[in-house]
Amino acid sequence: MMRRLKSARTGVLALIAGLLLAPAAWAVELTMYYPVAVGGPLTKIVDGLVADFMKEHPDIEVKAIYAGNYNDARIKALAALKSGQPAQLSVMFSIDIYELIEQDAIVAFDDIVETDEERAWLDSFYPSLMQNGVTGGKTWGIPFQRSTIVMYYNKDVFREAGLDPDNPPATWEELVAAGKKLVRRSGDQVERWGMMIPSTGYPYWMFGALTMQNDQVLMNGDGNETYFDAPATQEALQFWRDLGAVHGVMPSGTIEWGTLRKNFLEARTAIMWHSTGNLTAVKKNAQFDFGVAMLPANQRRGTPTGGGNFYIFKQTKPEERRAAMKLVRFLTQPERTAEWSIQTGYIGTRPDAYETPALKQYVVDFPPAAVARDQLEFATAELSTYQTGRVRKLLDDAIQSVLTDQKSVEDALGSAQKQADRLLKRYR
Amino acid sequence: MKHSGLQASLAQGIENAAALLLAVLWLSPLLYAFWAAFHPPEYAIRFDLTAPLTLENFREAWDQAPFARYFLNTFMLVTSILAAQFVLCTLAAYAFVRFEFPGRDIAFALVLVQLMIMPEVLIVENYRTMSHLGLVDTILGIGLPYMASAFGIFLLRQTFKTVPKELDDAARVEGCSHMQVLWKVYVPLARPTYIAYGLVSISYHWNNFLWPLVITNSVTTRPLTVGLAIFGAPESGVDWSIISAATLLAVAPLLLAFLLFQRQFVQSFMYAGIK
Amino acid sequence: MTERTRLVGNAVYGWLLLLPAAVLLAAFTHYPAVATLAQSLFTSGTALRPAEFAGLDNYRFMLEDEVFWRVLENNVWYAIGTIPASIALAMLMAVWVNRRLPLRAFVRMSYFTPTILPMIAVANIWLFFYTPEIGLIDQIAAGFGIGSRNWLGNPDTVLGCIIVLTIWKEAGFFMIFYLAALQSLPPELEEAARLEGASRWHFFRRVTFPLLMPTTLFVLINAVINSFKLVDQLFILTKGGPDNASALLLYYIYEVAFSFFDQAYASTLTVVLLAALAIIAIGQFVILDKRIHYR
Repeated sequence: MMRRLKSARTGVLALIAGLLLAPAAWAVELTMYYPVAVGGPLTKIVDGLVADFMKEHPDIEVKAIYAGNYNDARIKALAALKSGQPAQLSVMFSIDIYELIEQDAIVAFDDIVETDEERAWLDSFYPSLMQNGVTGGKTWGIPFQRSTIVMYYNKDVFREAGLDPDNPPATWEELVAAGKKLVRRSGDQVERWGMMIPSTGYPYWMFGALTMQNDQVLMNGDGNETYFDAPATQEALQFWRDLGAVHGVMPSGTIEWGTLRKNFLEARTAIMWHSTGNLTAVKKNAQFDFGVAMLPANQRRGTPTGGGNFYIFKQTKPEERRAAMKLVRFLTQPERTAEWSIQTGYIGTRPDAYETPALKQYVVDFPPAAVARDQLEFATAELSTYQTGRVRKLLDDAIQSVLTDQKSVEDALGSAQKQADRLLKRYR
Repeated sequence: MKHSGLQASLAQGIENAAALLLAVLWLSPLLYAFWAAFHPPEYAIRFDLTAPLTLENFREAWDQAPFARYFLNTFMLVTSILAAQFVLCTLAAYAFVRFEFPGRDIAFALVLVQLMIMPEVLIVENYRTMSHLGLVDTILGIGLPYMASAFGIFLLRQTFKTVPKELDDAARVEGCSHMQVLWKVYVPLARPTYIAYGLVSISYHWNNFLWPLVITNSVTTRPLTVGLAIFGAPESGVDWSIISAATLLAVAPLLLAFLLFQRQFVQSFMYAGIK
Repeated sequence: MTERTRLVGNAVYGWLLLLPAAVLLAAFTHYPAVATLAQSLFTSGTALRPAEFAGLDNYRFMLEDEVFWRVLENNVWYAIGTIPASIALAMLMAVWVNRRLPLRAFVRMSYFTPTILPMIAVANIWLFFYTPEIGLIDQIAAGFGIGSRNWLGNPDTVLGCIIVLTIWKEAGFFMIFYLAALQSLPPELEEAARLEGASRWHFFRRVTFPLLMPTTLFVLINAVINSFKLVDQLFILTKGGPDNASALLLYYIYEVAFSFFDQAYASTLTVVLLAALAIIAIGQFVILDKRIHYR
């Protein structure tokens, strides 16, 4: 009777919905923000996963809200928190961890897990993906849409230039040598570049790869110290600049993150460094034979990990935390991780995902899909400190000022380090 | 004489050609958007007259973002702002024109402050206010700072001033109340001003971006501009075909209205401008 | 009813009519302007470190902030780049469209179209124009044998690119005001000038241009405000880069407030913006009051 009355009030549609669905009495409602930073219909995929979850857990309603890029997602989630309509969990940038801790916004997973099985689950992910999620001995973030940087290259162009398409450059020297062969000029004009590394959007991330390859990290594990002016850091930036300015294999000035994929697909560059998250989009649109390789080494191989983690917010009731936990566990199950990886190109975040039949087969059919995982062995955490937004911008600006020949490597990085020190002093 | 006539018409011709060239140049972004939206992605950056036509980009854009919802949000936003502006500005303008009250000139000067300091400039502080009011991520929250519009008050005041006092008095003699006079005498006479101001307001808020970006969090409130911005954000890799399709979708109602009512549109803007 | 009570009643009625608008204006224009000033004297609080009084610390930080100075300088160039050019172009467009011209309706529509397109959408299309190698400008340049240029990736050209886009967006809007003014000029003036054999340029310089002065001032003020307010395109095109070469004051305020979560410093920067606008407002008041009987 009650339901009849209610339905009459909300109209025929609600009546039909009410009859078709189970009584709309969710025990728990969850709101989750998530970002998208690569191509492809990611929102569709997330919606599908969430729908699957609600089918399995009819007592939990999940509202998944696409919030824009990583920056937007953090702003929106924190804003919602302050305005009293908080989200219970969100996918946010893995590097937001210190900011979120400082805002006292999130709760550590160690404080939510109850059973031994759940504690074991915390350890089921690739360790290098956990680096950005663990600090002070606690786990704050669970890896979800995670990536590394890989090298995409155009095999047709490699063949045309007399290079072995199955042996992409593995060291900095080989990279420069190959790049010189891959550049095609007609007169003064460059018709095709040897390689491109994007330097807008997330320059610090690309730079994290170059420094790691030079056996240098950019910050300490407590997020309160940076190594921007270390000699190996300077050398890495010098190398990046010289690719354009000295070796002529890359355009000078900054290279746009967003349009780079199009440049590669149009064969205007033979090699690009980009997120693995672009793999599926490149696969779909490339009209030539392309390969994916690990980034080359100098002292060693190296790449930062990147992408988004799950966080659970502090302003939540116990039952909401449990429900959020269920959702996170559901979305990180091996099968679902495998499906997510196949559809997006993101890394399967745990080893057993690669043991599932689906992903196993996919890797056999499409070997590039495993490159990012194999590279995890050499991966390090992405730049992440207290005052992350500011510190990041300091490094971004320094990199761009060097690539555009406004400052010398020494000046740019020296001043970035000085300013970072000033910002981070009070966290030591 | 004949010679200089020839010279003059030559100069005229050059000028006409320049005017036309500039027109084409000015229209080129829109022309390009049409090109990219109606052709397959391979042709987005290649101009080939034999390229096949397709509606696929529109379908994909429509699929990838909840544009229907964004349309609804923008529509609700624009109409609620406009309705509130009409009411608030009419009342305020009426007060300034027909009532003597202490502090009137100062109040008017304070109103005009908003002509210079538009809400865009105060995003930081207004955001705080909205979160205290619990209006973050609501359509009302987007619209509220714009509802009392100095521009609207100013325009209507200028118009109301031209209404002859005799008409006002005559209506009063017939026993009309203040509100009835406003409704029966002033508002009908100011119709062109309402239309002009309405069109200016609609096209402004249809296209407004920074404040809605700051104050909205979710699909249920996000207007088209913000939806379009996060949809086409270069981060996710620029796909001009789909972005162009989405852009055309977003501007279609305004563009269509503009093409149909071009004269009124231009005249309205002019009307709003010369006051 | 005595005269006195009638007057008081009138005053009360007047205030009541004004009240709704006054409340909103006070809440979202006057109060925030003052509160911004107050906020700029405190530190930004986080959950673990509550805000505290900081005196002029934020201002000291600002004076030492290289990015602030860069942004301020950019904003000055942005103003210098957009204001005169868009006004001159608007005037030219209006003069063209106001006389006999083949396809006049089409030309007028073309000039005006940018006004009704959202900046955020067209920025993406302009991104295609500016993109190196595969972009429209470079494709056309290549047709003439000119090499590719990294328009947005080079600090020397990036602000120019932003300025061109802004001029494109604004000129048609300003044209409308000139068109309105031109149409209100008596046609006899031009006839008389033609009979006297004055050249069109001469006529424009000596007659039309001075008569358009009130419009020019109105447009000028709009253009100046826009040069502080119009930053939407940066979100798509450059995000202020490379190395802040295209960042503008309001964009930086957004970044500081909503990306660095430093509300206090954002308020400090807003104070500078408000001060700039106040100076312009006072300037406007003085000029308008002295020179033009405009209202």
